[in-house]
Amino acid sequence: MSADAVNNSKRRFLVASTSVVGAIGAGFVAVPFVKSWNPSTKALAAGAPVLADISKLEEGQMITVEWRGKPVYILKRTDDNLNVLESDVDMLADVNSDASKQPEYCKNSARAYDKHKKISVMEGVCTHLGCAPKYLPDLNNPFSGSLGSDWKGGFFCPCHGSIYDLSGRVYKSMPAPTNLPIPPHMFKSETVILIGQDGSNA
Amino acid sequence: MEQKSNGLMGWIDARFPATKLWEDHLSKYYAPKNFNFWYFFGSLAMLVLVIQILSGVFLAMFYKPDTAMAFQSVEMGIMRDVEWGWLIRYFHSTGASAFFVVVYLHMFRGLIYGSYKKPRELIWIFGVLIFLALMAEGFMGYLLPWGQMSFWGAQVIINLVSAIPFVGEDLGIWVRGDFVIGDATLNRFFSLHIVAIPLILIGLIVAHIIALHEVGSNNPDGVEIKKNKDENGIPKDGIPFHPYYSVKDIVGVIVFLMFFSIVVFFMPEMFGYFLEHANFEPANPLKTPEHIAPVWYFTPYYSVLRAVPSIAGSAFPGVIAMGAAIVVLFFLPWLDRNPVKSIRYRAGWYKILVALFVVSFIILGILGTLAPTDGRTLLAQICTIYYFAFFLLMPFYTKMETNKPVPERTT
Amino acid sequence: MKKTILVLLLTTIAMISSGLVMAAGGGYPKSPANVDVDDMASLQRGAKVFTDYCLSCHSAKFVRFNRVADDLGMNEAEVMDNLNHLGVKFGSTMTATMTEEYSKEAFGAVPPDLSLVARSRGVDWLYTYLTGFYADSAKTTGQNNVIFKDVGMPNVFWKQEGVKKPVYEEHDGTKVLVGVEVVEKGTMEPEEFDTMIRDLVAFLSYIGEPNQSYRKSLGIYVLVFLFIFFGFAYAMKKDYWKDVH
Repeated sequence: MSADAVNNSKRRFLVASTSVVGAIGAGFVAVPFVKSWNPSTKALAAGAPVLADISKLEEGQMITVEWRGKPVYILKRTDDNLNVLESDVDMLADVNSDASKQPEYCKNSARAYDKHKKISVMEGVCTHLGCAPKYLPDLNNPFSGSLGSDWKGGFFCPCHGSIYDLSGRVYKSMPAPTNLPIPPHMFKSETVILIGQDGSNA
Repeated sequence: MEQKSNGLMGWIDARFPATKLWEDHLSKYYAPKNFNFWYFFGSLAMLVLVIQILSGVFLAMFYKPDTAMAFQSVEMGIMRDVEWGWLIRYFHSTGASAFFVVVYLHMFRGLIYGSYKKPRELIWIFGVLIFLALMAEGFMGYLLPWGQMSFWGAQVIINLVSAIPFVGEDLGIWVRGDFVIGDATLNRFFSLHIVAIPLILIGLIVAHIIALHEVGSNNPDGVEIKKNKDENGIPKDGIPFHPYYSVKDIVGVIVFLMFFSIVVFFMPEMFGYFLEHANFEPANPLKTPEHIAPVWYFTPYYSVLRAVPSIAGSAFPGVIAMGAAIVVLFFLPWLDRNPVKSIRYRAGWYKILVALFVVSFIILGILGTLAPTDGRTLLAQICTIYYFAFFLLMPFYTKMETNKPVPERTT
Repeated sequence: MKKTILVLLLTTIAMISSGLVMAAGGGYPKSPANVDVDDMASLQRGAKVFTDYCLSCHSAKFVRFNRVADDLGMNEAEVMDNLNHLGVKFGSTMTATMTEEYSKEAFGAVPPDLSLVARSRGVDWLYTYLTGFYADSAKTTGQNNVIFKDVGMPNVFWKQEGVKKPVYEEHDGTKVLVGVEVVEKGTMEPEEFDTMIRDLVAFLSYIGEPNQSYRKSLGIYVLVFLFIFFGFAYAMKKDYWKDVH
């Protein structure tokens, strides 16, 4: 094009610096588009924490509330149930819930607040393929399958036969890999639970 | 298969003409070196197309084409609930107007430098088709927010179809899919706006560019640079599009983006011209807004429509005039009989005729935003007559021009 | 020649457009609202007035309480106690206290939603409207309005505002409404009332586009970035075009 000596290093610098600035700009432009996929305010409002009244919940009974489109089980266990949770540990796949999803304050054998040990709050979503496990408190139920009479009640997933104990811990050799997830929750009072918001064990 | 070069590019080139395409359209596409300000708008139109497609794709993720939900999905869903939705919508609404700004200026460039003349007639015709597709795209897109102006603007325009004698009434119902503009209309406009017309638009743009790169770009001097080639067959007045015009167009893009950002961030309504005030009220088929005006980019043609008096109560003559005002553009390459391309070397009085054409087009545009009065209608009629006379009398007056000598080479 | 054309063009356009715009005038003149949507105290007062007075009949169904709390720097308790009279959820939108069926019976129509009224009418119109009520015994509400003739909405602020009467002037033999004047004082001083209306209009402007302040502040950064980008790109263009003669 030209006989002039082109200052190549200057030109390379200008091309590189313009490209960098342009790339930064493109990065900024991408932000609104990427972020627009986040849950909208409407979805967040619909997924806001829900209150559950457990004043009428008797021992051995379970209620289901909906939170973020998922069933959340609230189970009030008996003293016998709690004893079983200590005795069935040899049969469990993830005894200490190390591989499972739960708030720190529920990482114990009852998978519940220390102060409210009997109340178990868990998502009714089987960790295998997402079916809703059935609550089977009956100790001599027909679904005990391979566990036979060793099973002292808990949850049975009708889809592929995963069995969980009464704190949602899965037994060994089940299709489901981990224990039922526990959503963040807190006790507003002795009889009202707020699901979707963390509390503390203190 | 024989590979021309080695490495990955060689492998690809043996299977897909990547290097050939790059060279034909960019690094060895020789463009005249004397492009001026007016030559930015072609690449800017491409930029705006990209903005519209990108923002449009995202808006379609949140918009609901249902008369019961459309307004809310825009004004609450997109503008408030979706993170950054407001910005994406302002990109799209500002982009719509920017598209027309850029395209009008691009067309004006073609007009003054004779870019429609032999051998570029098809480039011009593809261009006018793009303009038409763009108008359809803008019109259908404007219905989607389902505001008062969306509804009543579409009402007025679809009623024009009904003005066609004999078949109009049935045709109008067919277009609406209902006796009023309703759910059926909204859904079909949505589909056309986001799928059909963009496809047509992209196809036409590809044709426009292929035709351009076949014959080569015109320039402000109207000189054919291919007539003066050096020993290597490279036009003496040509420079490779890349890097010279790519780096120049980046500067143009940034300046454009400054203006674009000023509108998006500081005046997205543009005083009611880009987003009309009445469109912040949901569509109400029982209540006509006090004053219905189309969006600014349609107003020149809307003025033509209103300027033509109705005959026997039928608005059909106006409809014909409005259509003719666009159709006449297709014939421009054959209406202009002056062999000289650039306005630089044409008669002084022709420059004045062009200037008056621009003035009357702008006046028509302004009048289209205002309610008609007797004085305004008269003014619109004068401008309409001038608009048509400018084109239709061209075969006569362009023969009478005394041209200045056209240089051999670009200046 | 270029310049001549340009001058010709611009002057013609300027003449025509100014002439047309002048001719397009008419109607009652709007008074400037002079609202500041960045004044949090004003917006908070406006929110209180809005929820106390407007929200009984009108809705603002695109406006969520939690968003208002966030943007206006109020906490959940303040909003739930002072603004949310219906006691809906924090993330819910502002619905009217009155049901649509009831308002249809009482007023013959559902009062319009106010989420976007500042964008469709403009703040100046709202300010003129809200301060433009005057006594008119011919109306069932006993009130008429300078800018919205025969409006169906009663003046909810009549206690604070007092009674105003219209002022007319003769222009070419026709009586033209030029303003209103207070004939009976209300519970508020005129300045106090004026501030209240401005706060309300500021709040209406805010809910019309909640992110308007953020949009503008972001725009500054975008423009600064583009200026820097321009510097680099222009230098690059200059350097390449040294080749072209």
